[in-house]
Amino acid sequence: MRRFLQSDFFYDFSNTPVAVVSFVVFMVIILAAVFANFIAPNNPFDPASLNLMNGFTPPMQANEFTGEVFLMGTDDQGRDLFSTILYGLRISLFVGIMAVMLAMVMGVTLGLIAGYLGGWLDTLIMRFADIQMTFPSILVAMLIYGVAKGVLPPDLRYEMSIAVLIVSIGLSEWVPFARTVRGSTLVEREKEYITAAKMIGLSKRQIMLLHVLPNVLSPVLVIATITFALAIIAEATLSFLGVGVPTTKPSLGTLIRIGQDFLFSGEWWILLFPALTLLALALSINLFGDWLRDTLNPKLK
Amino acid sequence: MLKHLLVSAAILSVSLTSASAETIRWARAGDSITMDPHAQNEGPTHTLSHQIYDSLLQRDMAGSIIPSLATEWAALPNNPSVWRFKLRQGVTFHDGAKFDSEDVVFSLNRAKADGSEMKELLSSVKEVRAVDAYTVDIETNGANPLLVNNLTNMFIMDKGWSESNNVMTPHDVAKGETNFATMNTNGTGAFMLVSRAVDEKTVLKANPNYWGKDIYPNQVTEIIYTPIQSSATRVAALLSGEVDLIQDVPVQDLGRVESSSGLKLATAAQNRVIFLGVDTANGPTADLRVRQAMNIAINRDSIKKVVMRGQSDPTGVIMPPFVNGWTEDLNKYPKYDVKMAKDLMAQAGYSNGFDIVLNCPNDRYVNDEAICQAVVGMMAQIGINVTLDAKPKAQHFPIAKGGESDFYMLGWGVPTFDSHYIFNFLVHTQTENRGSWNPTGYSNADVDAMIVSLESETDLAKRDATIAKIWAEIQKAQMYLPIHNQVLNWGMRDNIEFDVQPEDQPHFQFLKFK
Repeated sequence: MRRFLQSDFFYDFSNTPVAVVSFVVFMVIILAAVFANFIAPNNPFDPASLNLMNGFTPPMQANEFTGEVFLMGTDDQGRDLFSTILYGLRISLFVGIMAVMLAMVMGVTLGLIAGYLGGWLDTLIMRFADIQMTFPSILVAMLIYGVAKGVLPPDLRYEMSIAVLIVSIGLSEWVPFARTVRGSTLVEREKEYITAAKMIGLSKRQIMLLHVLPNVLSPVLVIATITFALAIIAEATLSFLGVGVPTTKPSLGTLIRIGQDFLFSGEWWILLFPALTLLALALSINLFGDWLRDTLNPKLK
Repeated sequence: MLKHLLVSAAILSVSLTSASAETIRWARAGDSITMDPHAQNEGPTHTLSHQIYDSLLQRDMAGSIIPSLATEWAALPNNPSVWRFKLRQGVTFHDGAKFDSEDVVFSLNRAKADGSEMKELLSSVKEVRAVDAYTVDIETNGANPLLVNNLTNMFIMDKGWSESNNVMTPHDVAKGETNFATMNTNGTGAFMLVSRAVDEKTVLKANPNYWGKDIYPNQVTEIIYTPIQSSATRVAALLSGEVDLIQDVPVQDLGRVESSSGLKLATAAQNRVIFLGVDTANGPTADLRVRQAMNIAINRDSIKKVVMRGQSDPTGVIMPPFVNGWTEDLNKYPKYDVKMAKDLMAQAGYSNGFDIVLNCPNDRYVNDEAICQAVVGMMAQIGINVTLDAKPKAQHFPIAKGGESDFYMLGWGVPTFDSHYIFNFLVHTQTENRGSWNPTGYSNADVDAMIVSLESETDLAKRDATIAKIWAEIQKAQMYLPIHNQVLNWGMRDNIEFDVQPEDQPHFQFLKFK
């Protein structure tokens, strides 16, 4: 710990206000989501606890029928918005993290194989990546989502809706990982320590996993943070378009979609608070990711 | 030369503005499901078909029956089970073919064929005969005094066109079939189909040879119909002047539309009831006590107050007040009582509740998905764990109708304004010709016999007594949990004079510009 606090990395971090602020905001959001069941005044995912008469209560005002007061008001179903945002954040963050993991594992593996083994395998993987790059990733995610929903038996669709979201976002975001890892691998594989490893008779797999991989990982970390923000926005977009999680268990995107219907009628809080939360989350991750990229890339120093 | 060009350009621009002044840009939440006029018995589908096709007689903008392709009709004095229709002469289809009795015989038989959703309306019809080129007899099994009420949405197609395009029978929408008539039309109506992109945009233009040219105002020369599912986008389109008429103003935006200059709001009670269907044959809901518990666990008043913002009339029966058979007593809805509902659940052995999926449309009825969501919360109060499955109507209806669902939302409009229409579709045991929208498994031989007897009962007092008896049985069985009757809100530019039609069917030949 002490070593960490004295490192260049930490020095740079503590002297970059943007990094500190974005990191703190990000951690607050993460902790709020993790401890949602302690912080949130009620559980919006338990339909039995809802009272429809609380619907459309403005923030910090008493409901005209029930007299209850809510910090951020309620939505059209009488759900406390503050609680719903916290619980919705869980879904958004979980989908984001899992999708990034999937994209990372897939992209790193394919990039490593393409870069180290080369030949027709390289051509095949990278041309496939090029083709996927020509489609917007949200379109790829929607395509995978649609196919998966059609293939799954109807009674499984709901249990699986989060898994389907993860897979469709994950599969649409693997390309940047693969391209970066391939590039670094091409450089690494010509270096002397790899030649040495070959000389002592290590298998290709051992060289790739034990020698090349640790040396190509630092840019992956940077891409992972940026992709994490993208994945959260992709989840929100899919849910906004109504193809994501069910409305009874809303994520941030679902809440924004619901809120959009009530903009003209002056119930602004249903849209505003979830949208601000999404903004804060995506912005803090992006700013932190930017700083991480600058720090980990010695050429920029 | 330049002068010439300028003059012609000026003429062109003048003719363009005058044409666009008579264009009506019209939007509603959902699209027509098919252009085949007998393949779906569904409101928005009929609405679009009505612009293109005509029926023998139709309902006007106030809901009264007026002549259309038939000019006169009466039961034969010596044989009350035969109705004689005199047809309008000199009518042509859009492709120029002449309209005569052959087309009527063909169309009514087509509407009775397999795959037709209109056949319940003709279940009492024994035979349709052409007497001469402009006279048709419809013979029923026993006298059916209310037959004409069943013909308001029974569209007439051209026999020759149907033969040459191989659309002799309707396509089965639930099975995913299509045919030439799904996207192509040839009617006698006021408008002709120019182009159609499903769920995007449909363009119609005025029929220059329309038979009703001198009868109706016919001021609209072009209709551009765009379904807009999102309520915020739909009302934004009206506010920004992108569309001229929307049929379903979201309840939260009524004030906004009314107070906007250049726009007006027209409101009327709709002939449509919204309810939930429950499986009575299998699973926990087969127990009557469970259905009773679900019925009293629905807080209809709070749905009206919060979800509908006052724009609905809660009801205790699946029948709008327009319908013959409606009484204030039937309309009374049960008191919201969670405690009693819980007791009933416990008596049925479900004190720990059970899991069920609620199938719901999200682009058909006013706030359909929000109502279902509210029901999810209300069912949770008595331990029933409901998973909500909300889908566009084109996917929802096959699920609801096919019996795949144990719990589903449906709305029912009654174009005949008579209880028999509700019974024959929703209550009769599901058979080849009847009960097609009764997937609840409810089947009662006595009720079935009473429903069939209504078709040939000429003594109207006796008929009404039978109707009351059938309603008593339905209220006992509770396979449907009524929610409310809809209120219609049409928003339009204030230069349009157009009455709200109680069936939510705008007939654009009646529209006038100020």
